[in-house]
Amino acid sequence: MNETYIMPDYEIVRNAERCVRCMACVRLCANGAHIFDEKRGVLTADDSKCVNCHYCVANCPTKAIKIVRSDHCFKPSANYTEDVIKDIYRQADTGGVLLSSMGTTKSYPVYWDKMLVNASQVTNPPIDPLREPMEIRTFLGKKPETVKYRADGRLEAETHPNLMLKTPIMFSAMSYGSISKNAHIALARAAEELGTFYNTGEGGLHEDLYQYGANTIVQVASGRFGVHPAYLNAGAAIEIKMGQGAKPGIGGHLPGSKIGEDVSRTRMIPKGTDAISPAPHHDIYSIEDLRQLVFGLKEATDYKKPVIVKIAAVHNIAAIASGIARSGADIIAIDGFRGGTGAAPTRIRDNVGIPIELALAAVDTRLRDEGIRGRVGLVAGGSVRSSADVVKAIALGADAVYIATPALLAMGCHLCRSCHGGKCNWGIATQSPELVARLDPDVARERLVNLVTAWSREIMEMMGGMGINSIEALRGNRLMLRGIGLTQKELDVLGIRHAGE
Amino acid sequence: MRIDAKGMHFAALNGLIRDSADGEIVIDNVLGQRYIAAGAAGRHIVVRGVPGNALGAYMNGCRVDVYGSAQDAVGDTMNDGVIVVHGSCGDTAGYAMRGGRIFIEGDAGYRVGIHMKEYGSAVPCIVVGGRAGSYLGEYQAGGRIVVLGIGSEGRQCVGDFTSTGMHGGKIYVRGGCIPADLPRQTEVRAVTDKSELAPLVRDFCTCFGFDADALLADDYFMLVPSTAYIYKTLYVNRPD
Repeated sequence: MNETYIMPDYEIVRNAERCVRCMACVRLCANGAHIFDEKRGVLTADDSKCVNCHYCVANCPTKAIKIVRSDHCFKPSANYTEDVIKDIYRQADTGGVLLSSMGTTKSYPVYWDKMLVNASQVTNPPIDPLREPMEIRTFLGKKPETVKYRADGRLEAETHPNLMLKTPIMFSAMSYGSISKNAHIALARAAEELGTFYNTGEGGLHEDLYQYGANTIVQVASGRFGVHPAYLNAGAAIEIKMGQGAKPGIGGHLPGSKIGEDVSRTRMIPKGTDAISPAPHHDIYSIEDLRQLVFGLKEATDYKKPVIVKIAAVHNIAAIASGIARSGADIIAIDGFRGGTGAAPTRIRDNVGIPIELALAAVDTRLRDEGIRGRVGLVAGGSVRSSADVVKAIALGADAVYIATPALLAMGCHLCRSCHGGKCNWGIATQSPELVARLDPDVARERLVNLVTAWSREIMEMMGGMGINSIEALRGNRLMLRGIGLTQKELDVLGIRHAGE
Repeated sequence: MRIDAKGMHFAALNGLIRDSADGEIVIDNVLGQRYIAAGAAGRHIVVRGVPGNALGAYMNGCRVDVYGSAQDAVGDTMNDGVIVVHGSCGDTAGYAMRGGRIFIEGDAGYRVGIHMKEYGSAVPCIVVGGRAGSYLGEYQAGGRIVVLGIGSEGRQCVGDFTSTGMHGGKIYVRGGCIPADLPRQTEVRAVTDKSELAPLVRDFCTCFGFDADALLADDYFMLVPSTAYIYKTLYVNRPD
């Protein structure tokens, strides 16, 4: 039998009346979905190459193109759905492990949407954030555990390096290699303007981006790509990547095809070789070993920078976080399983890990119960989609959030989930120079700043509504949340009451 | 500067080193203090005793002479410089090393040289005088590892799963005992041209006083990856 023919998921529909045959779509599509048949003089399309990224739609001067879901179908079944059948064909054809991009598409519960936020009425009145001061500045890191009076009456407390965020929203790790240099420049400039931080991911730091170091979190993963003293000292904080929400227990493999000259130099591996960051750090088999890496990094940077440990949200997350809080790490970042990725085995992405809402609540509860919540800052990521999600995350116990998919969307991503193909028409998830050039870093910077500024205003509005004028009074304030349509068990894990209670 | 490290915590010891302006530092009575010379540059540090884990981690151009054995993670993610251990060392020596050289007189533990990198003229090198443990050169992406197997002549001097996931760089092994369990993506070649190997062996012998000519007269085999793309055929893209 030959390879199974799989019908394309999408169809390119061209309005013949509007089309002026300018051929922009043929020139622009990196996937080669638009074709001009010179022999017949016909502008046509290969639907099988279309990833539904809307780049042609957005750039067609006469708006003559639309992409529709194909209505071609298998016999309907709620069990053997079209996706299930097609995946079996793909694997029967190739013997390959299925690879996907971005967050899971499966319909797991989104707990953000099952929690409602409180507002004040009559007593403890609301505050108007347009008129009164509203503090959303956040200090992220270890807090002093003891405070003493000195003989002269002044306070004496041990202090630890903290990150100062003007808004409790940071851009989470996306490596140079998985996304383009222009995307990194946009994130860095936006972080600088917003007074927050972006994260290099595990691909090192391009030499042109050292100037944004004060707003950079540098990541150290198992492959240690691009890690050297200047890199560690360039950032404001160092993040050890133990796991990623979209692929817990799985590492990163950047294929050699994406390792061009610049990525090669930044990662410091020969051009064209695979860049492999396996899931395990082969020198970490225990919390004690993690402590060794945490203090090794602190020694190499003279104890001046907070160390973040990033973990995927998995079943025993509370116990794991408790261990990390005792390892000497300053900040724990938890990444929920609905988070995005440049590439992950589909089955891992869609089946491994737990939602960030439950993980965050469980960790905050556990650290409070053990009296060690103040030892670490807590960052939640993995599908934080709006300012409402941010407010709910903070009320569940987070100090700040990490966002990545919304940042990509702000830069132009249309969530076609084809990052792993490396041919991103929007110039984001690609290393192809002509595609990267399509992303103007300053336009993307402005859009990122717009997004986070708008969210920050909305956070202040919601805080004001609750009668809260400081983000610290919202943190872990679960009385501000009520569940809607949740079981008692879910409410217990989230540590909140049901609406009406 | 001379430091007596007896009973000293690593943070205090390393603080003294960091704050010292001296180029030459001798540390006596070292017993398990971690991170000595971590991230350091431009010093000559002599360690007498047994340094703790992560000696010379992220090091950026020191020379460190250890008169004793070393523990785990010697030269972890080291960028430049030389570490000479007059003894044996523990696991993961040279993890993700980016440049510089590590010379171990005796044996080395598991996972020596894993994730070693290479770019342009920065070619990290590790020479192990004795035997190396399992997973030698795992995920190796560049650099050179030499295992001399001195004292283990006629026996295999590298452990199990050598070069698993290797996709760059070279491993040289003295003697003819080729491991039976090498992964598919590793190629074994006899070393006929010793021009790259010889200076490493000579530098090793200069450190520890072995006879370089005699060592170089022996047979060596070399492990190299047969492909730079070890996962090329593993995946099938799903349009989603």
